This record gives sequence, structure tokens and C-alpha cells, in this order.
Amino acid sequence: MPPVVEAIDLHRTYRTTTGTFRRRSLEVEAVRGVSFAIEEGELFGLLGPNGAGKTTTIKMLITLLIPTAGQALVLGHDVVDDAHWVRERIGYVFGGDRGLYERLSALDNLRYFAELYGVEPRRQRARIGELLELVGLESREKERVEGYSRGMRQRLHIARGLLHDPPVLFLDEPTIGVDPVGARELRQTIFGLKAAGKTVLLTTHYMFEADALCDRIAVVTRGKIVAEGTPRDLKARVSDGVVVEIEVYGIENGKVESLRAIDGVTSVAVEDRDQAQVVVVQAEAGREPTHDVLARLDGVSLGRVTTREPTLEDAYVALVTEEPVAVDG
Amino acid sequence: MTLRLLWMGWLFHLKTLSNSLFFVLVSVLQPVIFASIAFFMVESGSRSGTLLYVALGAGLMGIWSATLFGSGGAIQWQRWQGTLELMVGAPPPFVAVLLPLTVATATIGIYSVVATLVWGRVFFGAPLDFVHPLELAVALPATILSLGMLGLLLASTFVLYRNANAFSNLLEYPVWLATGLLVPLALLPGWVAPIGWVLSPTWGMRAIRESAFGGNPWPEIALCLGLGAVYLGLGALALGNFERLARSRATLSLT
Repeated sequence: MPPVVEAIDLHRTYRTTTGTFRRRSLEVEAVRGVSFAIEEGELFGLLGPNGAGKTTTIKMLITLLIPTAGQALVLGHDVVDDAHWVRERIGYVFGGDRGLYERLSALDNLRYFAELYGVEPRRQRARIGELLELVGLESREKERVEGYSRGMRQRLHIARGLLHDPPVLFLDEPTIGVDPVGARELRQTIFGLKAAGKTVLLTTHYMFEADALCDRIAVVTRGKIVAEGTPRDLKARVSDGVVVEIEVYGIENGKVESLRAIDGVTSVAVEDRDQAQVVVVQAEAGREPTHDVLARLDGVSLGRVTTREPTLEDAYVALVTEEPVAVDG
Repeated sequence: MTLRLLWMGWLFHLKTLSNSLFFVLVSVLQPVIFASIAFFMVESGSRSGTLLYVALGAGLMGIWSATLFGSGGAIQWQRWQGTLELMVGAPPPFVAVLLPLTVATATIGIYSVVATLVWGRVFFGAPLDFVHPLELAVALPATILSLGMLGLLLASTFVLYRNANAFSNLLEYPVWLATGLLVPLALLPGWVAPIGWVLSPTWGMRAIRESAFGGNPWPEIALCLGLGAVYLGLGALALGNFERLARSRATLSLT
């Protein structure tokens, strides 16, 4: 059976301008050769930091952006040539506050989109009722959306995306900015979609979310996929390594770069924590980089130094902060 | 199904626009101010019916302003609130999704007509004696529909260019002049008249005045609707191309 969603060497370049009087045209490569395939009933995650190219990829797949190069297929149909056919069979949800008619109620919004997506008039009332119940908005549906919390808006977005019961769903950072309890409820809703047999493409920059929900994950950074596999595959990449965390008070970029050159070091990241920074150094299994790291930080004001086993978060950080590596199966 | 979509879409956007106090206030206040100035100018030496003539003209100016401001502003507003992508990404042809919006913005102009008529009657004693009320009941919706289609043609450019609605501000006064809403076309240079002939407000205004003061408004109603059909055809053609270009240039959203 062919994949339900297929991206084949997708590229997307944006043109932008800088300057006020001397305007210069710039080209930004947001997506640089992304390829993946999603099978029927699979929940596939695109994981990456802000600006990695996740939203651009999803917008090409849902027909809102035309790829600069490459091809995207949904249910075997080209998203550029058969845009109308594809649109009838997909649903999509964007994260954030936007994408709703604020001055109208949730019910008005859903009625309008039910018309747009050709839900039969006699089915509309029942379908909207089912979805309001599914997303837990059944008692608030007559209130104006402008008074909704972010979590409620997100749930309304999901209800909108499901109105025409599409077999394929694209969810672009659906839990972004939602409080922990609301995010957990949303994840349960998303998991329910998979259980109902939907094919889902989910983008997120939360590693734990991808881990909890996805059958397979592709990690995207700087417009390219740097790793792909099951959450277990990704964890296995770093499970036998070692992580050294050093608290520092002011560190120059040159020092950070020098750490990358240490033999056996696979990634270096700097995180801000309160008044200090923490340098997180990951190394291959069997290496003990602490001595070399401390030697290269000579002259830097240091705090606590700890060594620990790597977590899934470290795998993700390593992937998105280092140069691209070979794609795993 | 398409007819139902057009009808439901029109009702939906009319409700959205009517919930915007700012939009409704602008639609009411601006024509009332223009009507007041005109009433004061013609009051002393007016002929019979001049006050009603002025009230209707100011009301039509309001419909044009609502269409222009609404069609341009609405596309920009949809883009800003993130719903433009949802409209483009919906299965029906984009023209069937957008037309109800532009016709709804023109419909909001009814507030302008009602406001100038009531204002003229209450404060200036303008008589509201319409010779052919039934014809008026056809001429006014025909004018609104035709202006909605003109709005669609304008809106097609607003889909492609993020800041094209700034251009719409430039079109307000010239169209008022060229269509005879502000002053009779006979007072303007001869080259203005042909511009007015291709703009449906010219024929809409004439149809409404024929209905109000006696005469045969049907040829003007037909011309107004015919021009509307031409705008619709051109708008659909432009939208098809501009939508694809907008997807190519990534101008459907703000980011």
C-alpha cells in the first residue's frame, strides 16, 4: 500500500527584503530537501526547534504553499496539481491564538467551516455536537471566541479540523502556549484520533510530547531532517554516552567552540539558568571528557560540575545543535 | 450546494461585520456628515426633491466606502487573524468563498442609506416619497450585489499584495466623483463620463434615483447587474491566478 503522506526532496525558499532606502533582496532556504513517508494510521512527528522548517513543510503538504522544488503527495495525489482533491480529504490545525473568527461564537465558527467543508446540512448539527463534546466545549459553544483561553481555542481548532471527518490530519504545534493540564488533555484528544484510525502528522518542539504520542519521529533542523526513527531508536543514539554539565558565569563563544574540538565530544549546548549559564557537553560512551573540558575553560568563573547519564532531551539537543549526521532507518 | 455556501457565507460575514462597532459606526457617521454638508448647501434654494436626491447620493457614497474599506480591510483582517489561509485552503473555489464576504461588506452600506435617509428626514425635513417603491426594492439590492462583485475584483489584488489595501484609500473620492454620487456628472469634464460608465455605482445611483423620482429604472438595473457579472468574471479569473501566486510567494499569512 502506498504511503498516505509522502514528501520527496521538498525545498522551499522565501524571498525577503532588507533596508529602507537601499532595499536588498534576500533568499532564505526554509526547507532544504525534506523527504519522509507516513503510512496509514500512523502518528508521525516532525520535531525541531523554532525556525527549523516544520510549519513550512506542513504548509506545503496542506496546499497552502507551493514547493520551490520536490514533490508532496497526499493519498497518492500531488498537492500542487490536485490541490482541490487533497483539500477535501485533509484537516489541519495550527497552533496559537489565530485562525478563528473572534467576534463570533464557537458554534458560529463551526457552522461556517462545516459549510466550507461540505458537511451535509442535515448532519451538521449532530456533527458539531459530537465534536464539541469530544473537545470539551459543549457548555461554552455560544460564547464569543474572543473570551476563550488559549487551551479552549486550541480545542476549537481541533474541532474545526475534524468537521468533515478527514482521514488525514496535520497538527502544527497544537499544544504551544497551552497550560500543562490543557496540554495533557489535548494530547489525550490527539491520541484518540490515532486510535480512531486517522493518519496524523504532528509538529512539535517538545521532545516528551513526540515521545508520548508518535509512532515515528523525524528531527528537523535548519530545513533538513537530521534523524528519523521510532522514539526508541532516537533514545538509543545517546543511551550509552555521558553528559557533563558545568555551571559558568559568563562564557565567550570561542571557549564554547573550543569544547567542540575535544576528542569524543558529540555536542555542546549552553543553557541560561537564573544568574548563571550551564554548559552541557555530551560525549561518546567510554569517554570521560570532564578533565579536558575544565582545562579548556581555564580562566572562566565556574560553579558546580556534574556528570550524568544522557536523557532523551539530550538526544534531541545533540541533534539540533550539531551539524547534520547520516539519517537513521 | 454552491448557492447554499454563498447564502450561508453572506449571513456569516454579515454577522461578523455587524459585530464590529467600528465598521458600523464608520458606515453610519461618514455618510451622515457628507449628507449634512450637502443638505446645508442645497437647503436655501432647493428644488422639490433635492433633499432626497442628496440623501440617496450620500447613502450610495457610504455603500461604496463600505465596499472599498470592507473588501480591502477584510482581506487584510482575515490575513491578520489567520483565517485567510483557512479560506484559501478550503475545498470550494476561492471565488465562492470570497464573494459572500465582499457582498456582505457592500450590504453593510445599507446602514449608510438608512442613516442618511433618517437623518435627512428628521433634521432637514427631506421628504421620503418614493415614486416607485417596488423598483427601489430591486434597484438597491442590485446595486449592492454589483458593488460586492466590484469589491471581489479589488479584493483579488489584496490577496496577493499584503499592503494593497492602502491603495484602496486612493479610490474612494475618485469613484464618488466619476460615478456622479458627489456632484452631477454634467458639471465635470467630458472625459470623466466614460470612466463612470464602466463603474456600476453610476448605474446603481441612476436606477435608485429613477425609482425615487419617477422614470424607468430597469435599463439601469440591468446595466448595473451586467457590469457586476463582468466584475465577477474578471474577479474569478484574477483570483485563480493571484491565489496560486500568493501560494507561490507565501503572502497568505503574515509570517
